[in-house]
Amino acid sequence: MIDAVARIGERALGRLAGIGHGARFFARLLAVAPSALARPRLVVEQLHFIGNRSLSIIAVSGLFVGFVLGLQGYYTLQRYGSAEALGLLVALSLVRELGPVVSALLFAGRAGTSLTAEIGLMKAGEQLAAMEMMAVDPMRRVLAPRFVAAVIAMPMLAAIFSAIGIVGAWGVGVQLIGVDAGSFWSQMQSGVDVFKDVGNGVVKSVVFGFVCAFVALYVGHEARPTPEGVSRATTTTVVASSLAVLGFDFILTALMFGTD
Amino acid sequence: MNDRRMIDVLVGAFVLLGLAALLFLALKAGNLASFTIGGTYETRARFDNIGGLKVRAPVKSAGVVVGRVAGIDFDDTTYQATVRLALDGRFRFPTDSSLKILTSGLLGEQYIGLEAGAEERMLVAGDTIKLTQSAVVLENLISQFLFSRAAEGEKRP
Repeated sequence: MIDAVARIGERALGRLAGIGHGARFFARLLAVAPSALARPRLVVEQLHFIGNRSLSIIAVSGLFVGFVLGLQGYYTLQRYGSAEALGLLVALSLVRELGPVVSALLFAGRAGTSLTAEIGLMKAGEQLAAMEMMAVDPMRRVLAPRFVAAVIAMPMLAAIFSAIGIVGAWGVGVQLIGVDAGSFWSQMQSGVDVFKDVGNGVVKSVVFGFVCAFVALYVGHEARPTPEGVSRATTTTVVASSLAVLGFDFILTALMFGTD
Repeated sequence: MNDRRMIDVLVGAFVLLGLAALLFLALKAGNLASFTIGGTYETRARFDNIGGLKVRAPVKSAGVVVGRVAGIDFDDTTYQATVRLALDGRFRFPTDSSLKILTSGLLGEQYIGLEAGAEERMLVAGDTIKLTQSAVVLENLISQFLFSRAAEGEKRP
């Protein structure tokens, strides 16, 4: 009986310690992040690794999401005789939700995993420990540039995703199906607010950039220094950052668009 | 060294592409382009019923957007809705212009139709437009129709 209670207590304390550890890691990361800007070379290298290399998957998925939104949106809207609202439907769903969320999910899969594996292997190979021996703070030298680069890259990728998606929907809706081009764009422009919709979408993607980068770096940093540990850590990164992005998206949507 | 330069160029292109996408979203998909740079002047109007009119709904004259609804308030002394209209500074309208709340299409959004009057004096900021016509509320229309039918029915026998 006492044993069972003790086990619950131990678990709870363990969880709390885990949360505290994560929070301290995050605070540390935030504190050293500005120092990464003093060495832009490292950030640029990471931006290339995280941003440019994710561009192809983001662009292609954006295009196809736009195609599908155009087709399905048209199918539903034409039943109510309002196919002209297709542009508005596509733009709002992309700019508010799909752009930030889907690109964050892809980002977690494409860039998050490689960050985790890289950090995890560095730790397994004791490179991080070696840096500390040489009085180089691995937090500043290795983690901070990656964090900053991810936070910069995420809104860019989300904006590219939304823009290409809108172009894709235009291709299907206007060029293929024959929705009137003028009303496609004008309905979109009358319904999409620059600050409320586009601006909030950018805010969302910045938050997702923080979330994805933090999860990827933390999980990689805490990975057990074995091949199995690193492989587990990469899986954890995808699962945890995807769930975190979806959860944060719900909260942000409720805060931003809850009361109209 | 050459490798570094290559990375610089690629990252620069990436950042430019991202900014271009944002610009595209703001200008082509959003309504940034429709913000008037020339400034606006604000006039007021009272309506008995504004129906489903929303803030930022367009004000159209002859079908052309000449302004937007800047704000909607309720006045509890007259029990009317006070609508603030931000009209485009490029356009001037006579003081006896009239406003009507209209609907674009059968299920479309509501907007304000502005019909220019014949007065010499032009509207300036702070003026109130007096001639207004409320939104058509479907339920009122139906009940009017039913009452008139009922009245006809009573007369006949």
